[in-house]
Amino acid sequence: MEAGTPDLIKLDDLDAAAGALTGRKHLLSILVENRPGVLARIAGLFSRRGFNIDTLAVGPTEDPEISRITLTVDGAVHPIDQVTKQLHKLVNVIKIRDMEPGETIAREMALFKVSAPIESRAEIMQFAEIFRAKIVDVSRRSLTIEVTGSADKIEAFERMIRPHGLIEMVRTGEIAIARSKSDA
Amino acid sequence: MEALKAEGVEHIFGIPGGANLPIYDAVHDADLTHIQARHEQGAGHMAEGYAKASGRVGVAFATSGPGATNLVTPIADAIMDSVPTVFITGQVRTELIGTDGFQEADVNGITMPIVKHSFMVQDPRQIPDNIHAAFHLASTGRPGPVLVDVPQDLSRADIDYEPITDTPNLPGYKPSTEGNIKQIRIAAKALANAQRPVIYAGGGVINGNASEELRELCLADNFPVTCTLMGLGGFPASHEQWLGMLGMHGTRTANYAMDNADLIVNVGARFDDRITGKLSEFAPRAKFVHIDIDPAEISKNVPAHIPIVGDVKEVLPKLVKEYRASQADRSRLDPWWERIRAWQKEYPLTYEDSADSEIKPQRMVQAMFAATEGDAIITSDVGQHQMWAAQYYGFDKPRRWINSGGLGTMGFGLPSAIGAKVAKPDDTVVCLAGDGSLIMTCQELATAVRHEIPVKVFLMNNGYFGMVRQWQELFWDGRYSSVEMGPSPDWPKLAEAFGARGMMVDDKDEVEGAMRDALATEGPVLLDVRVTKEENCYPMIPAGSAARDMVG
Repeated sequence: MEAGTPDLIKLDDLDAAAGALTGRKHLLSILVENRPGVLARIAGLFSRRGFNIDTLAVGPTEDPEISRITLTVDGAVHPIDQVTKQLHKLVNVIKIRDMEPGETIAREMALFKVSAPIESRAEIMQFAEIFRAKIVDVSRRSLTIEVTGSADKIEAFERMIRPHGLIEMVRTGEIAIARSKSDA
Repeated sequence: MEALKAEGVEHIFGIPGGANLPIYDAVHDADLTHIQARHEQGAGHMAEGYAKASGRVGVAFATSGPGATNLVTPIADAIMDSVPTVFITGQVRTELIGTDGFQEADVNGITMPIVKHSFMVQDPRQIPDNIHAAFHLASTGRPGPVLVDVPQDLSRADIDYEPITDTPNLPGYKPSTEGNIKQIRIAAKALANAQRPVIYAGGGVINGNASEELRELCLADNFPVTCTLMGLGGFPASHEQWLGMLGMHGTRTANYAMDNADLIVNVGARFDDRITGKLSEFAPRAKFVHIDIDPAEISKNVPAHIPIVGDVKEVLPKLVKEYRASQADRSRLDPWWERIRAWQKEYPLTYEDSADSEIKPQRMVQAMFAATEGDAIITSDVGQHQMWAAQYYGFDKPRRWINSGGLGTMGFGLPSAIGAKVAKPDDTVVCLAGDGSLIMTCQELATAVRHEIPVKVFLMNNGYFGMVRQWQELFWDGRYSSVEMGPSPDWPKLAEAFGARGMMVDDKDEVEGAMRDALATEGPVLLDVRVTKEENCYPMIPAGSAARDMVG
């Protein structure tokens, strides 16, 4: 649209896009300065603004000055653009990426301690094999199984294993990386 | 100290204590003026008043523990009203941190939700960098409070100071100021097509020193203008395009105009609940242009149709240029102005004056306008007197109206007046106080006396927490609960006890004269003005109601 041209904007045609709920889970990949208190600032921001963090994973990056925080937020409950804009206001937050589901490889690891008496042990081990999970510890009564994959896969495994007697479950929360473009 | 001087700091407000002894030892020899407050909250509000009056960064010092926690209210106040301030607190020695040492408080943790940013010094060599970064953060982008917490042993260390001229290295901090030109162009065209536009300006115009630019925009056509409480003075109240303040105690004209507008241009305001009332019924016919330096404000409460992130001082001239190019027909706004003029005629700001000598509070504000010839810096506390001042003292210039808007901090008036007077010694500074508020920080009269800061306190004395009383009367069946002040001090005597001048007036024909006397008297003066005890502040949008349901 050029300046000084007679084409006018019809007010009725204007839409307000922001502030809407997307209705899906969002995976935010946040680069932050590696300094004391940064995680407290982020956690404090979420609680103060009434946002919920579903999962959270923190770790180093290839640059020792910078850490990465990966967290998932429910876009059905919170307006994601408001969440990211508030995060951007934190001085220690360098970059935020709202990962596109189709262009992202997301992985989570979980450890399951399952009750496994002799009678059901073979069946549980078969499930583990189907899910390409690893048995990492064995006792007379239980098996400990390590599963890696998308959150969906881990939840599917949990559903399979739960009827056998789930003693304990530990999940890391998802981490994610963008897919390389095919021509790169 | 060198770092502070390099930032151009001339005045500091504060109180010494154990953990900031080394800092105060340096104050001893430093070439700057330290104003010794009587409570750290006072020091913090003084720094705010200083910043609001001058636009420069206000600085306050406090010691660790209770000194630092006393700063919490001013820090929260400064984040809400975007006041450029730097707070430097002492902390216990490094080896005591985390041990519940004497006068230890985790002030960094306590203030985390209410600072723009904070620094916990861990190495004395960081101090200059942190101080410079603190000033940079406080004064750029959306201004706000920055805390620097310095353990006692680290502030003791002798370090070499090398002047720093570069912008501090803050990889996550890049405020965008220019405004997207395409968006600005769309906004100009929307304005050119609007039949019932309103310009709605806020504190961003004051903070951004953009009142001239706002005027240019409003005068680029015959645009009606309203301002928030924080924006008063951003557009001259004596101008014919002025609709008055909007919001809970705004004029009916301003609120009705918002309610009926087809395009609202928000310039540096934030759609606070005191403005919108019931959000779902706010300005139901309008599309919104929202100009703000803080992207997170845009579409936070009210979704914007045309968002523009930028500094209003840079954006507005571009918008004016684009708008002029559209050559819109000025007369298209005539029918809109006819409706506005009709509201103005039907619903002027008015009150019923007393039949006898009783002083109505509105009349007191008018007398204050007359006595100061409309050209003083007015600070206020929070409550009815604040709203009456906003309604009846027509502010024509920016940085003349200093009050606590977002946090609504009672007790803000006196210390902020002291800070304002330090910043602007040649201007008349009047604190319009409420009796409920003044007693919360009246110890700062001692500061004014000791440092010979001639602020004039005009006390609107009605013997109540007046605004709370009004709500109890209107919305809680008149069941007054703990709103009567009871035996208040004899205010003139209290002022005299502090070494200030005390005066009293209770006759409406003598108010203006008494105020002129107070202004002509040297040094700090407290004028106790006995006003109507149970006067309500109208008009009013009851909380949670729509603008068209104003009462009074």
